[in-house]
Amino acid sequence: MSLALRGVGLSAGGRAVLHPVTLDLAPGQPNVLLGPTGAGKTTLLRLMAGLDRPGAGRILAEGRDVTGLPPRRRSVAMVYQQFINYPTLSVFENIASPLRVARLPRDEIGRRVREAARLLRLEPFLARRPSELSGGQQQRTAIARALVKRAALVLMDEPLANLDYKLREELREELPRLFAESGSVFVYATTEPAEALMLGGQVATLSEGRLTQFGPAGVVFRRPADLATARVFSDPPLNEAPAELSGGRLHLGAGITLPAPPGLPESGRFTLGIRAHELSLDPLPGAVALPARARLAEVTGSESYVHLDIGDLAWVVLAPGVRRPEPGTAVTVYFDPQRVLLFDARGRLSATPDLVEAA
Amino acid sequence: MSKPRDQRAWLLVLPVVALVAFSALIPVMTVVNYSLQDTFGNNVFFWNGLGWFRDLLDPATEFGGRFRGALWRTLLFSALCLLIEVPLGIGVALTLPRRGWGVAASLVLLALPLLIPWNVVGTIWQVFGRGDIGLLGAALNGLGIDYNYAQDPLDAWITVVLMDVWHWTSLVVLLCYAGLRAIPDAYYQAARVDGAGAWAVFRAIQLPKLQRVLTIAVLLRFMDSFMIYTEPFVVTGGGPGNATTFLSIDLVKIALGQFDLGKAAAMSIVYNLIVLTVCWIFFATTTRGQSEAVGERS
Amino acid sequence: MARIAFEALAHAYPGAAGHALKPMDMVWEHAGAYALLGPSGCGKTTLLNIVSGLLHPSEGRVLFDGRDVTGLPTERRNVAQVFQFPVVYDTMTVRENLAFPLRNRGVPAAAARARVEHVAGLLGLAARLDRRARNLGADEKQKISLGRGLVRDDVAAILFDEPLTVIDPHLKWELRARLKELHRQVPTTMIYVTHDQTEALTFADRVVVMSEGEVVQVGSPEALFEHPAHSFVGHFIGSPGMNFLSCAVEGREAVLPSGQRLALPRAYPPLRGKVELGIRPEFATVVREGGLPARLRRVEDLGRRRIARLEVEGMPLAATLPEGMPVPAEPRLAFDAVRLHVYADGWLAEGEG
Repeated sequence: MSLALRGVGLSAGGRAVLHPVTLDLAPGQPNVLLGPTGAGKTTLLRLMAGLDRPGAGRILAEGRDVTGLPPRRRSVAMVYQQFINYPTLSVFENIASPLRVARLPRDEIGRRVREAARLLRLEPFLARRPSELSGGQQQRTAIARALVKRAALVLMDEPLANLDYKLREELREELPRLFAESGSVFVYATTEPAEALMLGGQVATLSEGRLTQFGPAGVVFRRPADLATARVFSDPPLNEAPAELSGGRLHLGAGITLPAPPGLPESGRFTLGIRAHELSLDPLPGAVALPARARLAEVTGSESYVHLDIGDLAWVVLAPGVRRPEPGTAVTVYFDPQRVLLFDARGRLSATPDLVEAA
Repeated sequence: MSKPRDQRAWLLVLPVVALVAFSALIPVMTVVNYSLQDTFGNNVFFWNGLGWFRDLLDPATEFGGRFRGALWRTLLFSALCLLIEVPLGIGVALTLPRRGWGVAASLVLLALPLLIPWNVVGTIWQVFGRGDIGLLGAALNGLGIDYNYAQDPLDAWITVVLMDVWHWTSLVVLLCYAGLRAIPDAYYQAARVDGAGAWAVFRAIQLPKLQRVLTIAVLLRFMDSFMIYTEPFVVTGGGPGNATTFLSIDLVKIALGQFDLGKAAAMSIVYNLIVLTVCWIFFATTTRGQSEAVGERS
Repeated sequence: MARIAFEALAHAYPGAAGHALKPMDMVWEHAGAYALLGPSGCGKTTLLNIVSGLLHPSEGRVLFDGRDVTGLPTERRNVAQVFQFPVVYDTMTVRENLAFPLRNRGVPAAAARARVEHVAGLLGLAARLDRRARNLGADEKQKISLGRGLVRDDVAAILFDEPLTVIDPHLKWELRARLKELHRQVPTTMIYVTHDQTEALTFADRVVVMSEGEVVQVGSPEALFEHPAHSFVGHFIGSPGMNFLSCAVEGREAVLPSGQRLALPRAYPPLRGKVELGIRPEFATVVREGGLPARLRRVEDLGRRRIARLEVEGMPLAATLPEGMPVPAEPRLAFDAVRLHVYADGWLAEGEG
């Protein structure tokens, strides 16, 4: 099974809701749509499902054009943010419902339901009603119902958003196994960069109705093609600073300069971006030092998010251990000039950072 | 992008088009045709152009004066019904229980008047208000209040308005009750935390959240009361004199009493246009600004 | 501002078997930032509703500055609350929304106006004061909810019921930091209910971890991370949570099922019940040599760090894969010995030396 989008776009009222998207999606790993609310994730999912008809472009399922086909005539299953189950049916019947519609033989239905229930650890609850389940179990039932259909395409729209943090963590750990074992193409929409990384697989970043990049999660995270992608794929938010290039050095203002990475033009204006975990409050060999003023410290126990003001820029440092500088005190931030992202005036990545690749 | 379009789909719409033509367009065209003629329905037609419409809109003519009178009466009746039923309906909805056995009981009781055929409603009130055997009429007269809807125009008005209130307030109550139930608990909790009293809660939360429901309620009640016929006809027959002759009653008098089909046709067209215009203006003004709230999700 | 105390407080919902909130005594100090952290159904919202007065406890007392408020309704308690879903008064402007609690209490218009503008400045809403509240984004609506609490200078406590649930990650950062700064500028007792450990830990000075109607541990973020009093806390705090390995303890040594021995930082008396060794993934590292043999199941690349999912003697364990290290074919595990804890029947066992 495969799904391909060829220049699929949508406009409403003369305004582009989704700029043309070209994507090739394969089974075996999740295809994560990452972007904030309003970026176009749900729009894209609806187009893939056939709930809306694209204004332009073609959608191919296993090479066959399915652009105009209604969802009923495509092989699609969907999981929503809300836990949607039939309240009067047992968990077993809920999972079995798409198979009953398809009029499968009784023992085949039983076999498939038990298999899906095993994958999602729902076996002890098959006789219960959805109202007797926890939120996590209800959502697992909805996922099982989507899986049992063995649809060619399974679309998940922020399926874990309404679950408790810890439950979310558990399911994030289990889902990749499901994706690997099933032959379906999975598309998974989320607003959270951490979730996209934890699920692994391919990530498509969306910003303001535009697909900005598509590739393996680790690669997109470390080499964002442009500023929009880097912003969408950073949590805590990307630390940014305007930088001016001249004489082989980048000038950040206030007399602070750093060596420019190779491969840049003679001069120009850039935006420097660096993620919170690449910054340090302790000196590093070969690091650039920036004077800053502490604004706020958030301590998680193992790490500290230290919010800083650098001139009129607001930055966040993620430091290991417990760091609580008094608000208003002067601190120095260090970073390795090899680990910055540089974006040109049009927002495109101009310097490839020297970052460790994913394992 | 250009794409070959299959036009055969239009064929599928044909049955609907035929049905609409038969049930709506043909009668409407007949009425439009009649409104331009002078006829008593004996298949003899005299061309009258826009004559009926000129008369209708000129209060100096007999026809125009009659129309103007009935129009004002109808507007007054609708206004009274809305002014009483909407606040009363909201008020009753606010006092209904929110949970427990009382919910079902009160909803069933409220729905009862809505289930009674309209001419029966008229008959009930016709008997109810009679001075000799009616519970209401006899009781009032027994108390020394002179009440006779058949002779006193004010009594007749009180009776028909009361009847409409009795018949239709439940509808407003049910709509508002559904609207109130849809307000999340957090709003009430927030208002309590903010120290809001019952009135402030009503103004800040309940009334704004009921806006959509009330739009529907007011529209329904306006259309129904503006076109009311059966109940007042059964009770007062439009009298005493012309005191309760509403547009619908007058229209029937002209069409079926006098067989003046051209006049009746002209009048029904204007009648219809008034309903449409009032509803459209009301709907447009109340729903303006609501559309922004939609479409926040991606 | 108020010191909030609970005396023998407990709650059972009518008709339900058992307590939704088990008997507890606790004091929350003036102007403290507290978080109630736990999974759904742990009793945190019950406790919050008892503080706000939306719920009357079936047992015990609630004191604000020594005054018994157990029987007082919400509107007479001087508390403010921010809910999970933003509550704004749709037909009003931002200014009117902020002034609403003051108007209800008959504050003179001039004083109310000054107060509203001050609070709008604190929240970064000054430019939006005359906009209709209905058309704002979720994060700004939450600021308005918060602002309605802040405008009252007599407010005893501000309660937050999972206030960031519907906020996008990027805006969460801004709003969370803003909240924390506000707590510094306006010292008010703030109580924050959430199931999200990051929100609880970053917001609060003291985190109250709850499970099944019971307070399991109260402590600073560091204490909860370094010395979880119960295996539930170890599991619930941290991402991934603490690893637990079944073992036996003999003095200064832990004995794994296979007979392998590990040195412990403390000596333990004989322990009863189910004994487990607790180690956080941050202090368990994948190495090439030494340590315990393990089987690698999966590596999660979280961008800024990598987590190895392994099995040690058949038990699942998450460990840190050091930066730059290729995944070894025969991974071994090294523990930071001083970070090892021992749990007996779920509770932290106290060792000596």
